[in-house]
Amino acid sequence: MSVAGNRLQPTIFEKSSPGRGGGKIPHAPKDALDRIPAAARRAGPAALPELNEPEAVRHYVNLSQLNYAVDTGFYPLGSCTMKWNPKLNEWAARLPGFAGLHPMAPDAVAQGTLQLLWELEAALAEISGMTALTLQPAAGAQGELTGILMIRAYHHDRGDLDRTEVLVPDSSHGTNPATATMAGFTTVTIPSAADGGVDLDAFRAALGPRTAAVMITNPSTLGLFEARIGELLDAVHEAGALAYMDGANLNAILGRFKPGEAGFDVMHFNVHKTFSTPHGGGGPGAGPVGVGPKLVAYLPSPRVIRDEDAGFRLERPGERPTSIGRMRSFVGNTGVLVRAYAYIRAHGGSGLREVSDDAVLAANYLKARLAGTYDEPYGDRPCKHEFVVSAASLKKATGVRTLDIAKRLIDYGYHPPTIYFPLIVEEGMLIEPTETEPIETLDAFAEALIAIAGEARTDPDLVHEAPHDTPVRRLDEVKAARQPNLRWRPMAGAQTPCPD
Amino acid sequence: MPYGPHTPADRARMLATIGIGSVDELFADIPGKLRASSLDLPEPEPELSLAAHLQALAARNRVDLASFLGAGVYRHYSPAAIDQILLRGEWYTAYTPYQPEISQGTLQSIYEYESLIAELVGLDVVSASHYDGAAATAEAALMTCRATRRERVLVSRAVHRHYRETIETYFMGGGLTVEEIPLVADGLAAGTTDLAALERLLADPDRAVAGVVASQPNFLGLLEPMSDIGQLAHAAGALFVAVVEPVSLAVLAPPGEYGADIAAGEGQPLGIAPQYGGPYLGILASTEALVRQIPGRLVGMTTDIDGKRAFVMTMRAREQDIRREKAASNICTNQALLALAASVYLAMVGPHGLRDVAALGAARAAELETALAAVGAPRLHSGPYLNEFVVRVPGAAEVHRLLLERGVLAGLVLAEAEPDDPALADGLLVCATEVTTHDEIGRFAATLSDVLTGRPPVAVEAGAGTARGGAVAEARR
Repeated sequence: MSVAGNRLQPTIFEKSSPGRGGGKIPHAPKDALDRIPAAARRAGPAALPELNEPEAVRHYVNLSQLNYAVDTGFYPLGSCTMKWNPKLNEWAARLPGFAGLHPMAPDAVAQGTLQLLWELEAALAEISGMTALTLQPAAGAQGELTGILMIRAYHHDRGDLDRTEVLVPDSSHGTNPATATMAGFTTVTIPSAADGGVDLDAFRAALGPRTAAVMITNPSTLGLFEARIGELLDAVHEAGALAYMDGANLNAILGRFKPGEAGFDVMHFNVHKTFSTPHGGGGPGAGPVGVGPKLVAYLPSPRVIRDEDAGFRLERPGERPTSIGRMRSFVGNTGVLVRAYAYIRAHGGSGLREVSDDAVLAANYLKARLAGTYDEPYGDRPCKHEFVVSAASLKKATGVRTLDIAKRLIDYGYHPPTIYFPLIVEEGMLIEPTETEPIETLDAFAEALIAIAGEARTDPDLVHEAPHDTPVRRLDEVKAARQPNLRWRPMAGAQTPCPD
Repeated sequence: MPYGPHTPADRARMLATIGIGSVDELFADIPGKLRASSLDLPEPEPELSLAAHLQALAARNRVDLASFLGAGVYRHYSPAAIDQILLRGEWYTAYTPYQPEISQGTLQSIYEYESLIAELVGLDVVSASHYDGAAATAEAALMTCRATRRERVLVSRAVHRHYRETIETYFMGGGLTVEEIPLVADGLAAGTTDLAALERLLADPDRAVAGVVASQPNFLGLLEPMSDIGQLAHAAGALFVAVVEPVSLAVLAPPGEYGADIAAGEGQPLGIAPQYGGPYLGILASTEALVRQIPGRLVGMTTDIDGKRAFVMTMRAREQDIRREKAASNICTNQALLALAASVYLAMVGPHGLRDVAALGAARAAELETALAAVGAPRLHSGPYLNEFVVRVPGAAEVHRLLLERGVLAGLVLAEAEPDDPALADGLLVCATEVTTHDEIGRFAATLSDVLTGRPPVAVEAGAGTARGGAVAEARR
């Protein structure tokens, strides 16, 4: 059993009964809304569900038990860094002094949070080798957009208006080309070389006076350190372009490689990957962005400033006209940043280096355990914090695909790795064990993958039809897309039988 | 390392299996001259002392003030059950539900979120979710350009300044333009979107408008003529984006009813703590006609191979990991846990509780208006409002500072937040919600009266009040 529960729940609308609930909010005076013009008012109450507290709580607790999570088991989802989420950090973010602070409260009453943000910025600058940061972006993708818009502003300020292209390796995250489009650039995709790195000749051929930026993930999404990074960065700067580092894989290189020192001009952090803030079922995250000297002036506003009297304050509206402006409201996802700060302080410099050492050690150990069972498209060179294996040979021999293997892993009690990404690896599985899993877990997971390869040969249908032991089995995704049912309606719901 | 499992023996076994002598060998591919110099950070902090340090930092923030500050983020009562549910690891330590067989909890909760918000806004398609109200509004503005293939968006000046600035940033790259619709200067409609000016801006035949964006209630707390704005937009072939505050929708007409094509807004009032700016919840909803243009996650109901009802992420061809440079947006990680928080909040308070939250806020705000007017701080505008409004106080910034020293956070100083609008120079934007007490309103009015008449602070704070910064000095200790 991979999840604790198997009781599918009716929707909360089906559990509603008119007249239930209440007792949370005092009743308003009857005339409270008399001064609101009738034309602006809602005709009747919204048709929201009515439940008493016990039924509502059971609904959400029972639903939660249909989920797999880091707190329940091993989650080797490549590219996502599903490491342990320390409990102290949840406690800290909920302290009334942090949680209750209004984002437009005067600086004088926000000194604790402002100090924390200022110290966090300093720590991230030290970790990345960057000159300065913005903590405003709400997620990695928004950090990417922030970085690319700053690069755009830099070129424009220099009158360099013909730089309309962003170069992106074909192994990159989908957010990179999507970001380039949002920022008004054309994406040029660079093929990978046989060793998994960027093809240097193709890269040089694409670079030129039209290149605004190059976006590189290092280590790459294949889990490989870009060994030619020095040559790549030199070529970028010779061409007058700037280098963006996608920091999604920072968990591999803490204390080993500082992008700013190496020559990157801008990078984002995913604090929900590297710095343990929980993924929340799809967010929230935070995507601070660090910049080198060329881009400091363009950082979004407001930044946190330390005044001469050692007090902290936010930049005022319009204080720094060179800023690209705002990426969102207020200062950022501060509650997430509190957790990241706590994580960094718990580890210190030595602990963070150990994080990367252990993450890389665990990945290489697991890779060694799987060698011989699955294909290693990039040979036996060491990986960083994650690695790709391929089921291409197994598929040829047995007809069992990577998707089937992933689903069968669920029967063994594991969350599957990331599959079919990066797009350039046939039948690929991207496996990221992180530094917080004990060797017993790594061994058991490797044995499960080896056992499944055996099943593919002896009983392929068992694997094709997996998962067998889950609350629901494989879903009809075609129906979901062709006849979209995106909200509850009594009629639409009645067409699909309600679980008992 | 505080959370790591490996003993020296474990590490030795792993190295032996890999066939190397030390971890350093795994980093040999980093070119020598590019290796990090050092990592100069404070020493590791054990949990006991780290907890004390975090507590001390949190204690330096002042959250005990009688606060009348809203301006887009509102204090509300959050039923105790919400946080207990949110603290279940099965919710907050899971990731995006890529494997639906072991993610039905998250998937069903998202479907329910879509349904609940659809009910509130009166539109059928709800994206789950966006970063905050500002980013959701910027995505809405971009949607209008994609859907109409036009490049000019008009935004009412009474939309939150942060939202307007975010739209400008998001429009920077695409060659799109955003223009401001001015506000009515005086009379009954003062402070609301100027319909005549909107009509003129829409009339330019060479520069067709993709979308018109207005906020209900607007940033100054006033109710806008949303139907009229929508009709003018539609007559010009533009789409209409309503920026909404979700609690208000318990009592105000839903956007779908007054013709909005898209609703965007900040979901923070639905049970989410202020926490100095986030994480919040960007609400984004549209008509069915725009379903292919809406960015962000969509979850739909379907069946599994055994015919059981189940939920799955769908219409994924809009998303960055599938479509790359042709995606509707680059959004990936969103605010899923906050969407859950909002759903649980709505389930806990129910339709009547939500109406009481909105109506109690309106009642307390009316009480606040009367109390402040009585001590010489009348409203600046005369049009209807729900629970937030502007009062006129000469020397507002200084008065605000003196009130802060006496434990009252007197809303927002508009001269500082909107420095380029002389009409607001003496304005304080104040709000009340169901958590505002009669006592707090009384304190605000009495203290304001003291400040305006030059009376010194009452005895208990007399020592701090004469020197610059009573509450301020307290906060820095």
